[in-house]
Amino acid sequence: MLTWLVLLPVAGAIVVLLTPRARQELHLPLGIALSILPLGLALYVFGVFEPQAQMQMTELHTWYEPWGITWNLGIDGISMPMVVLTTILVPVALGASTKITTRTKEFVVYTLLLEAGMIGVFVSLDLFLFFVFFEAILIPMYFIIGIWGSERRIYAAMKFFIYTAFGSALMLAGIIALAVLHNEQVGSPSFALADLSGLDLSIGAERWLFAAFALAFAIKVPVFPLHTWLPDAHTEAPTAGSILLAGVMLKLGTYGLLRFNLLLFPEASVDAIWIMGILAVIGIVYGAAVAIVQPDLKKLVAYSSVSHLGFIVLGTFALTSGGLQGAVIQNVNHGLTTGALFLLVGMIYERRHTKQISEFGGLQKVMPVFAGFFLFMIFASIGLPGLNGFVGEFLVLIGSFTTLPTLAIIAASGVILAAIYLLWAYERVFTGVPDKEENETLTDLSVREVSLLAPLATLVLLLGLYPNILLDKIAPSTEAILDRIEASTDYVVPPPGRLGDVFVAGEEDE
Amino acid sequence: MVEFLWIIIALPLAGAVFLHFFGRYLREPLSGWLASAAVGGSFAFAVAAAMPFLQGGEHAETLLLWEWMPAIGANLEILWDPLSALMVLIVTGVGFLIHVFAIGYMHGDERFHRFFTNLNLFAASMLTLVLAGNYAMLFLGWELVGLCSYLLIGFWYVRAAPPPAAKKAFVVNRIGDFGLMVGLMIVFSAFGTLSYSGIFERAGAELTTGVATAVGLLFLLGAAGKSAQIPLYVWLPDAMEGPTPVSALIHAATMVTAGVYLIARSAAIYELSTVAQITVATVGALTALWAASIALAQRDIKKVLAYSTVSQLGYMFLAVGTTAYVAGIFHLMTHAFFKALLFLGAGSVIHAMSDEQDMHKMGGLLKKMPVTGWTMAIATLAIAGIPPLAGFWSKDEILGSAFARGGWFSALWVIGLVTALLTAFYMTRQWVMVFLGEPRWDEDKHPHESPAVMTFPLVVLAVLSVVGGLINTPFRLTLEHFLEPAFEMVSMQRPPEGWAMFALLAGLSVLAGLAGAAAAFLTYRQPEQGWRGFETGFEPLWGTWEGAYHVDDIYGRVIVAPGRKAAEAAAFAVDLPVIDGAVNGVARVVRGVGDWARPLQTGFVRNYGALLLAGTVTVVIWLVVGS
Amino acid sequence: MVDPGWYMALAGALFLIGALGLLIRRNALVMFMCIELMLNAVNLTLISAGRALNDINGQVAVFFILVVAAAEVVVGLAIIVAIFRLRASASVDELSELKG
Repeated sequence: MLTWLVLLPVAGAIVVLLTPRARQELHLPLGIALSILPLGLALYVFGVFEPQAQMQMTELHTWYEPWGITWNLGIDGISMPMVVLTTILVPVALGASTKITTRTKEFVVYTLLLEAGMIGVFVSLDLFLFFVFFEAILIPMYFIIGIWGSERRIYAAMKFFIYTAFGSALMLAGIIALAVLHNEQVGSPSFALADLSGLDLSIGAERWLFAAFALAFAIKVPVFPLHTWLPDAHTEAPTAGSILLAGVMLKLGTYGLLRFNLLLFPEASVDAIWIMGILAVIGIVYGAAVAIVQPDLKKLVAYSSVSHLGFIVLGTFALTSGGLQGAVIQNVNHGLTTGALFLLVGMIYERRHTKQISEFGGLQKVMPVFAGFFLFMIFASIGLPGLNGFVGEFLVLIGSFTTLPTLAIIAASGVILAAIYLLWAYERVFTGVPDKEENETLTDLSVREVSLLAPLATLVLLLGLYPNILLDKIAPSTEAILDRIEASTDYVVPPPGRLGDVFVAGEEDE
Repeated sequence: MVEFLWIIIALPLAGAVFLHFFGRYLREPLSGWLASAAVGGSFAFAVAAAMPFLQGGEHAETLLLWEWMPAIGANLEILWDPLSALMVLIVTGVGFLIHVFAIGYMHGDERFHRFFTNLNLFAASMLTLVLAGNYAMLFLGWELVGLCSYLLIGFWYVRAAPPPAAKKAFVVNRIGDFGLMVGLMIVFSAFGTLSYSGIFERAGAELTTGVATAVGLLFLLGAAGKSAQIPLYVWLPDAMEGPTPVSALIHAATMVTAGVYLIARSAAIYELSTVAQITVATVGALTALWAASIALAQRDIKKVLAYSTVSQLGYMFLAVGTTAYVAGIFHLMTHAFFKALLFLGAGSVIHAMSDEQDMHKMGGLLKKMPVTGWTMAIATLAIAGIPPLAGFWSKDEILGSAFARGGWFSALWVIGLVTALLTAFYMTRQWVMVFLGEPRWDEDKHPHESPAVMTFPLVVLAVLSVVGGLINTPFRLTLEHFLEPAFEMVSMQRPPEGWAMFALLAGLSVLAGLAGAAAAFLTYRQPEQGWRGFETGFEPLWGTWEGAYHVDDIYGRVIVAPGRKAAEAAAFAVDLPVIDGAVNGVARVVRGVGDWARPLQTGFVRNYGALLLAGTVTVVIWLVVGS
Repeated sequence: MVDPGWYMALAGALFLIGALGLLIRRNALVMFMCIELMLNAVNLTLISAGRALNDINGQVAVFFILVVAAAEVVVGLAIIVAIFRLRASASVDELSELKG
C-alpha cells in the first residue's frame, strides 16, 4: 500500500514524461489528474488507519543486506496526517500553476517527483531510506525555484540547496555512526528505526548525535537563527513552490525532530528542552516582529512561518501530551493556512505582477471574494478559535506551560504580534478606496481559483471545530513517544502533562 | 429541553451561514427580517428553557456537544444555569430589538445582507461565550465576538477611519487575550482541566492564594481588554466608527460585558484572593471616574455614549470586585436596556441628521423627532440613577455593596458617588444639547422622525428601562433568588441591612444624580454663548477631557512607536545584515578558499595524471614502508 | 603452476607502461588506450590474487570492472569523437577550457 503511495507520483511523472512536448496544454491537466490518484489512496489510508501506537501497513524488503539497508515503510499517527496533507497540497499547487507556460512538462514532472519524495520521507522507517528521500526532495525543489522563480531565483535556489544540504551532511554522518554502533553492539549493521532506537548509547555520544540530527532538522524547520534561507526561497519561488515549501517541506524538520530526535536520543532530548524551547520562543517573537515591517507580502508570510513553526518546536520539546499533539496537528494546520496564504498571494501576483504591499490598497472593493478568503486565512493564521490554527497553538501553549512555564508565557505574546502584522497587512492591501489605477480593474477570483481555495477553507474550519478526526489518531503515537522517554530516562512528565492526568467533567458520574 | 439547548446557538449561526451564501439573492428587508427571526427564535427558546429555574427546578445542567481538544480537557459543552440563562436572555432579547432597528438603519446600504450575516454571526458567537461549559469554549466565543467586532467596526471598509479602528480593537483585545490565555494555562496546570465544574468544585481545596491571585489578575487583564477598562479601554471610543446598531449591540449591550461575565463566572477563583478582588474593584472604580470625566467634554454624540459605556462597565467591575456579583449582573442587564436605547436613539438622530454626529450642530430636535427624544430622555434619567428607573436600582445596589464592604471599598464608594454625579451631568448635557435649544444644524439637513421599524425597538427598550429595575429591589429580590444557585459556592457582598441605611445611601446617590442633572440642565438650557462660556471656563481641564487625556498619543509614543522601531531594527539591522550576513559570510569564505585553490586546475590532462600518479606512488610507498 | 609473483610483476609492468603513456602522449585516443591498459593491469592482479588465495571475489570484482570499463569506453570514445569533429584534432593540450 505505502509503496504504491510512493510510486504512484513517480508513475505519474513517467506518464507525463512520455507525452509529447509540443502538447503543452495537456501537461498541467494531466498532472493534476494524476496527482488526484495519490490523494485518493492517501484518503483510503486515512480511512483504514487504526488509532493505535504501532506502525501500520508496514512493508519490509531487503535492499542491501550487508549494510542492513531495507525498504522499510510504515505509518503512524505522526506521519499519517503529513502524508494526507502532502497529497492534498500537490493538486492545489499544480492547479495554481496555470501561469507557468515555459517548460510546463518539466514543471509537472518535477512536482510529481517532489511529491513522491515527500511521501517517501514520511513513511520511511529505515534511516538510510529516509535520508535518500530527504535529499532527493532537494533536487526537484531546486529546479522549481531555479527555473520558474522570479528575478533572484538562482541565488535563492543555491542558498536553499546548499544550506539544507549542509545540515543533512551532518545528519548522514550521524546516521552512519548509528549503524556502526549497531554493528558493534549487535553484530550487524542496521538502519532500521526500530533497531536503532534500542541502542545503548553513552550520554556523550547521544548528545553529539542529537546535535547532528537537530542541526539538520533545525535548518529545515527553520529554527532561529538558521532561518534566513526561507524568506529568500519563498520570495523567489513560484506559487506552487512556495505552497509545497511552506506546506510540506518545512514540516520535514519538525517531523524529523519529533520522530528521530525524541525517539533515538531520549536522554539528550530531555537535556535539550531548554535550548530548543528558547530557540523556538525566540523564533516565535522574532519572526513575528520581523514580519510586521516587511514590505513584501510573500516575505511577510514567510516570516510568519518562522513564527508559527516556533510553536511546533516548542510543543515538541515541551514533552507533554498537549504539546506533542499540538505540534503534530499544527504541522497540518500551518500547511493548510500558510499554503493557502501563499496561494492567495500568488493569485494577486498573477494579476498585478507585484507583491509589494504599498502597491495595493482598496482591493476589497474590486475583489470581495478574494478579500473574504484572504481574511479567513489570516484569521486562521492568527489563531482564531474555531479555525484550525488555534487548536494547535492552544494545545502547544497549554501543554508546554506544564514543563516550560516561562517560555509558554512569552510564546503566548506571539498571538498579539500575529494579529498586528496580519491585520495591518490586510488593512493596507484591502481597505480604503482603490487609489491606483491598476487596482481598479482587477478581476475577482475565477471558478478555478475558488475551487482551489474552497477545499482548504473547508479543512481549516473542520479541523478548527472538530480536530478529533486527527487528534484521535495522533494521540496513541504521541503517547507512545512519551512512554518511551519516561521509560528510558529519569524524566517524568509533570502532571497534568499526560492524557491520563486530564480531568474531564462529568466523567466520574458514569 | 436541555438536549436541545444547542438550538440557541444554532439558529443565529444557521442564519449567518444562510445569509452568507444566499443573502445576495434576497431583497433588502427580507435578509434583515430573517436574521431578526433567527435571534428572536433563540430568545423564545431560551425563555422556554429558563422556565424551570423560575419554578425552582434543576439548577445547572450540562450538555456535551462533542469533544474538542481532549488532551487539555476541552470539549464543546453547554452549561445551562441561571447565570448563563440570564445572559442568553439579555443577548437574544436586546439583540433581537437591535436587529429590528438595524433593518431601518441600514436601509439602502449596498451590503445590507452582509451586515446581517455578521450580526447573526455575532449573536451566535456571544451565545457560545455565555453558554460555554468550560474556559476553552468560553475562549472560543470570546475570540469570535472579537472577530465579529472587527468585521462590524470595519464594515464601511472604504472609508478611511473604520479599518484602523477595527484593527486597533482587535489588537488591543488580543493584549487582553494574552492575559486570559496565560490565566488559562495556569488554571490547566493547577487542575488538569478547563471545565467549570471541575475547577470550581476543587478550587477551594486545591488552589493556593498566590495562584488564585495570579489567575485573578490575568483574567482581569483579559476582561479589561474585552470590557474596555483601564488600561485597555482605548479601543472602544474608536470602535464607534462602526454602524450605530453595532455600537449598540456589541459595544454597549453585550460583547463588552463579557469581561464582567468572565469575572462573575470565575467567582470561585476570585473568592480565594482578596488582592484580586480589590484590584478588580479599584480598576473598575477608577475607570468609571476616568471615563466619565472624558465623557463630560465630548462633542460627538456617539463618543459621549462610548465613554459612558466604559464608565458604566467600570461600575460593573466595581461590583464584581466587591463580590457583589448579583449587583454587577443586575447592572449589566439594566445597562443593556438603557445604553442600547441611548445608542439606538443616537442612531436614530444620526440617521435623521444624514450622518451628522457633532452635537454642536444639533439642538431643538425634540419637536422633529418626539419618539426618539422622549425615549432617550427616559434612558438619560435611567442612567443618571433617578428612581424608580432601572439604573437607579442597579447602581444603588453596587454603591451600597461597596459601602457595606468598608475599608478600601469605602473610598471606591466615594468615587462611585462622584461618578454618578458626573454621569448625570454629561447625559443631561447630551440630551439638552441634542433635543432642546435652538436648532444649530446646517441648512441642507432635514431632520425627521425615524420609521416605525426603528422607533418600535426604542419604545420597547424605554419600557424596559423604566420597569427593568423592579426585578431586584430591596423590596423584592427576584433576580437575586434567581441567580443565587450560580453563586452558591461563594460568599457574596450585599448592601447594608436596614431601611435607614438604604434610605441614606439611596438618598445620597439620588442627590448626586439630581445635582448633576440639574446643573447640566441649567447650564445647557442657556443660549449657545452661555454654555460655551461655561466650557471655556474650565480650560485647560476641559480641553484635556475633550482630548481624552491624550492617552492615545501617549500610547502611540510610548508603546507603538518604540515597538515599530524595534521591529524595524530586528528586520533591517539584525536579520539582514547580521544573521543573513553571517550565512553569506560563510559562503564568501568558501568562495575565497576556492579562488585560492583555482590555479591548481591547469586544464592540462597530463598535469592531473602526473599528480594522480604521484599520489598513488606516495600511498604505495607509505603502505610498504609504513607497515 | 606459475608463481603468482610473475603475474604481479607483469601487471606492474603493464600498469607502468600505461601510466607513462598517459603522461607522455598527447593524443586523446592513445591516452585512452593507456587508461584501459592500466585497468586491465589491475584486473590481472585481482584475478591472480583471487586464484592464489582461492577466493572467487577477485574474479567477481573483475567482471564488475569490465562492465564499468565497457560503459566508460562508450562514453569516453563518444566524447573524444565529438571533440575531434569539433576541433579536427585530438590533442589534449589544446583542450584546457577547464583551467581554473
